[in-house]
Amino acid sequence: MTDPLSPLDRPNSYIGRTVPRPNLERLVEGRGTYVSDMTLPRMGHVVFVRSPYAHARILDIDTAAAKQAAGVIAVVTGAELVEQCSPWVGVLSHLKGLKSAPQHAMAVDRVCWQGEAVCAVVANSRAQAEDAVEQVQVRYEELEPVTDMRTALEPHIPVIHPELGDNLAFERSLDAGEVDKAFAEADAVAEAEFVFGRHTGVTLEARAVLADWNPGERRLTVYQGTQAPHMMQNIFAKHLALEEAQVRVVCKDVGGSFGIKVHVYADEMATAALSKRLKRPVKFVADRIESFVTDIHARDHVCKGRIAVKQDGTITAFAIDDLTGIGPYSMYPRTSAIEANQVVNLVGGPYQARNYRARARVVFQNKNVMCQYRAVGHPIACSVTEGLVDLAARAIGMDPLVIRSKNLIRDDAYPTDSPSGLKFEALSHHASLAKLKQMMDYDGLRAEQKRLRQQGIYRGIGIASFIEVTNPSAAFYGVGGARISSQDGVSVRMDATGAIIVQTSLTEQGQGSEALTAQVVASALGVALEKVRVILGDTDNTPYGGGTWASRGAGIGGEAAWQAGKALRMNILKVAGTILQTVPELLDIDQSVVVDKATGRERIGLDEVARITYFRPDTLPADFQAELLATRHYVPRQYPFAFTNGIQASWLEVDTETGFVTLLNHWCVEDCGTIINPQLVDEQIRGGVVQGLGAALFEHCRYDERGQLTNGTMADYLVPMASEMPDIEVGHVVSPTLESELGAKGAGEAGTAGAAAAVANAVNDALDPFAVTITEIPLTPSVILKALGQRSG
Amino acid sequence: MDKKVITLTVNGETHRLQVEPRAHLADVLRDELALTGTHIGCEHGVCGACTIRVDGAITRACLLLAVQAEGAMIETIEGLSETGEIRDLQDAFRNRNALQCGYCTPAMLITAQDLLLHNPTPDRATIRDHISGNYCRCTGYQAIVDAVETVAKARQAAGERP
Amino acid sequence: MKAYAFDYVRAATLDEALALLERAGDGGKLVAGGQSLVPALNLRLLAPQLLIDIAHLPELRGITCDDTTIHLGAGTRHVELANSTLVGQHLPLLQMAVRHVAHAAIRNRGTLGGNLAHADPASELPACMIALEAVMLVVGPGGERRIDAADFFKGLYETALGPDEILVRISIARSPAGARFHFNELARRAGDYAMAGLAIAMHGNGLQDVRIRPVFFGIGDRPVLARQAALCLEQAAILQDGLTAAQQALLRDLDPQDDLQADSGTRMQLAQVLLKRGLADLVAQGRG
Repeated sequence: MTDPLSPLDRPNSYIGRTVPRPNLERLVEGRGTYVSDMTLPRMGHVVFVRSPYAHARILDIDTAAAKQAAGVIAVVTGAELVEQCSPWVGVLSHLKGLKSAPQHAMAVDRVCWQGEAVCAVVANSRAQAEDAVEQVQVRYEELEPVTDMRTALEPHIPVIHPELGDNLAFERSLDAGEVDKAFAEADAVAEAEFVFGRHTGVTLEARAVLADWNPGERRLTVYQGTQAPHMMQNIFAKHLALEEAQVRVVCKDVGGSFGIKVHVYADEMATAALSKRLKRPVKFVADRIESFVTDIHARDHVCKGRIAVKQDGTITAFAIDDLTGIGPYSMYPRTSAIEANQVVNLVGGPYQARNYRARARVVFQNKNVMCQYRAVGHPIACSVTEGLVDLAARAIGMDPLVIRSKNLIRDDAYPTDSPSGLKFEALSHHASLAKLKQMMDYDGLRAEQKRLRQQGIYRGIGIASFIEVTNPSAAFYGVGGARISSQDGVSVRMDATGAIIVQTSLTEQGQGSEALTAQVVASALGVALEKVRVILGDTDNTPYGGGTWASRGAGIGGEAAWQAGKALRMNILKVAGTILQTVPELLDIDQSVVVDKATGRERIGLDEVARITYFRPDTLPADFQAELLATRHYVPRQYPFAFTNGIQASWLEVDTETGFVTLLNHWCVEDCGTIINPQLVDEQIRGGVVQGLGAALFEHCRYDERGQLTNGTMADYLVPMASEMPDIEVGHVVSPTLESELGAKGAGEAGTAGAAAAVANAVNDALDPFAVTITEIPLTPSVILKALGQRSG
Repeated sequence: MDKKVITLTVNGETHRLQVEPRAHLADVLRDELALTGTHIGCEHGVCGACTIRVDGAITRACLLLAVQAEGAMIETIEGLSETGEIRDLQDAFRNRNALQCGYCTPAMLITAQDLLLHNPTPDRATIRDHISGNYCRCTGYQAIVDAVETVAKARQAAGERP
Repeated sequence: MKAYAFDYVRAATLDEALALLERAGDGGKLVAGGQSLVPALNLRLLAPQLLIDIAHLPELRGITCDDTTIHLGAGTRHVELANSTLVGQHLPLLQMAVRHVAHAAIRNRGTLGGNLAHADPASELPACMIALEAVMLVVGPGGERRIDAADFFKGLYETALGPDEILVRISIARSPAGARFHFNELARRAGDYAMAGLAIAMHGNGLQDVRIRPVFFGIGDRPVLARQAALCLEQAAILQDGLTAAQQALLRDLDPQDDLQADSGTRMQLAQVLLKRGLADLVAQGRG
């Protein structure tokens, strides 16, 4: 289908073009600057004394010997650091009933998870600090830890924060339509308990922060790999008793984030507080062992699900009861209730069924803190929904693609909303399904599956439809009182030689924020990409904005860049019009030259316009002021979120003798609206899919009953590596959002949303001849053998 | 424990350094020689981010004490970049977006080059196997395999021309 | 994670290394490839006073072959084992196994001697040594000792090496003509420690005179020669006919424990499957 000419169809537009990212040369040469690479004069390294217990009272801390150790600058306890850093509570007002306890930068009276920082040693080198840490004597009184979410609310279980009354952080219920009636009248009801292994991000560059309190300037500069520097600016100021103007947050190259580095970590706050206390730069780089026990964990859920279906395949109701065990504190400032809240919002989302009941409870545990990690609640919601849909299909003997065809919201049904109140502008579930079916040769794979089963080879196809939250408005955090901006701003200026400098409030962690911004501006202006330089990740030198998270970069920051680029173009053409004695409407810019719009005739170069503006304003009319800088901000107003949709499929083989799963192939059809750089979008999907594949088969933070993380090393916590991962085929349907001119929605998290669901469904499909259904991930050989009754001895 | 004076040859340059015996080569390269292109991801030899070349063989810099490296020829990503040895791989990675955050990239490039030096015509499974010790969280690996495959084919084509 | 501080010395000769080791007592630790030692140091699992570098000792180098025996210097790096024509010719089992040892970068530095002395129960090479009936030449203050592989691996990270002794050479008798070998392991990801693994050396032509040595690893605190399973196979008229009994015998030969990766039931199942598949492979080899 061809669209009529839109403002995007500019000559030499970069919208929809795959071009290499402009900032890659330094990275391929090993000349990137990650915070872990940085040094500042008189910099101290901080290492934390961390609690070996999941729950304990701190009786006393003897720092005398540590203070004498070689190279030590200071040893500071949690109680002492309160002087510099005030505590926080991770609640938001729009999550009704969410409660949490105050958390300090370092534990003061009590430690609440294994790995919580208790005392800081600052020394001239990391090694010296580690040596001195061993000299710190902490006396603990062990307390009973809460480590089983299933019993956390029972009366005989200790309450972690007695002042809160119980271990329930948050509860949400929802009842839409006539659920009981639907289940009573169903031809078949299927149910299952879905269990998800807690896991974590494992960014290759661990968390790193370099805080520099300069007493002479009375300013704190924090070099941090954060996704939201303005949010951090506000939080450092608030808790370190500074004005925001005294705080500058700078993001250098970041070695991976995926949401891990968008949160406020106690040890990073402690690092900034230490810099203020010691009046010198202090650097903290988590090592891998402490990363495992302190980087946020995610997705620790047990979710009971039920589905009601008619014999003709109509799904009439979904019902879930979700339980999640977070850490002892709700994370700050985004809260640890968002993930469960999203699960309630998203279950059943792609489908027409109007009857939906959900309850989600979030309970505190004495384990590491938990919060938003790529795709947030979507993987849980999708795995439960798609697992139930397959169970329904099996119950009535229907093919999984056919049952989805019958029940997915029709492509012409928009705008519409979900039983949970989500507003959908325009999705393309059916077009996506059709495309997927063709891409993967579904019928061919079914035939192959049948043939191989006769040889005792068990392959499976798993399908997962999903919706994905992108471009969040203030509905996500702002309405709850968080000072997390949902809008973004971009400034574009033309310098004296015609070069274009862009400053954006987006941030870059490798997804291509810099590239998309440059492509959009270059297209809006009419210049070559090489002429555009993008500055980001610096609260001193960019507009105020939200940053990059929740797949908002292209949709929100990209739109701001488009508007700013257009505004600068108009300003340039006003100058050119004045010089050429015509009107701007008759002119355009093409490859850095002002041209007659109608004929394309070259009139004057941008470098010449710049020269006159900056050096020869005496030649311009006296009442005319050239303005070669434009700033625009953008925030979505009509839709609280720009929903995208997609569908994934997994093709795999299960070795029923060993329980090993081999991933043969994977497909994803994604509709994220207008695509600015196809390669970057596809690569975001691939990377996201592999994180979901890791969750499905490998990743699990394993705690024992005493709250000890037992597998916190790279050898024991299994991340996906190259040999086990399949090639991933990506296809697209395009439904632009009409809210913005670019029409771009987000794409960063879609891959992770549906991949684990597709794999789980594929494993169950492969094992269909054995009549087993497994609803737990990770699907390790032990889990599969146990389901097959195949363990020996 | 006293520091030791050692001589390290890195990227063709000789350096006389005072190092603690416990310091691994990754730290010494980064902290003493400001060659921060060699990255640290785990310090237990599993993630591969610190991979460099020692006497022509790929090696985990976090598992080699600097004092053990005396007398060896050490090459880092900075050196390989300056000689142009991996220019085609770097271009292919850039064109294919075989890197996102870039943290695993220096090690990936060195490992890919090692593969192509030993096996100029690897199939995709072989490429995946050779990089199977290098963790990447961003790309999901496919783009990296594509980029290495592209370079392998291009080098073969270039080699076959008369 | 930064290691505890220690001192370091590079030994020039075996005698010098032995003297240093004896003088250092409990605080001395040998380092060759360092691929097992240095992670432990970085993780602060060990706190030696003195590291004695034996990577360059000439007495530990070399792969040689005489009429009856192949001799592998303990300082042989895994990559050298993998590339050696002699090893390929006479000890193909080692080349099958060494491919599974971690990843290329580790194999470039890690040594055979270091791997055997470290005695990780999930390691491939200790099992191969038992299958091949290797003899370890060990040197200490009291002189030389020869230790059969079957007696060398004592438990979790524990060998028959005395605290003042150095493993110098591994000698393996040349296999008779027609010997067959099989190696397989089940690991979650390429290069990971095996959840279960099997090395088999088999002599005889599958009729009356068959001698089969199936050695399992990754299933306990040390590699285990499954004697009872072997007997079932050797006593069967046709090799494959002994499989069911052999798999049952594994329940007596092996005693796997639960750990992070798998429970004992899973491990036993994997061991039985490995035996079945190993046998099928050996039989197929026999057919030509």
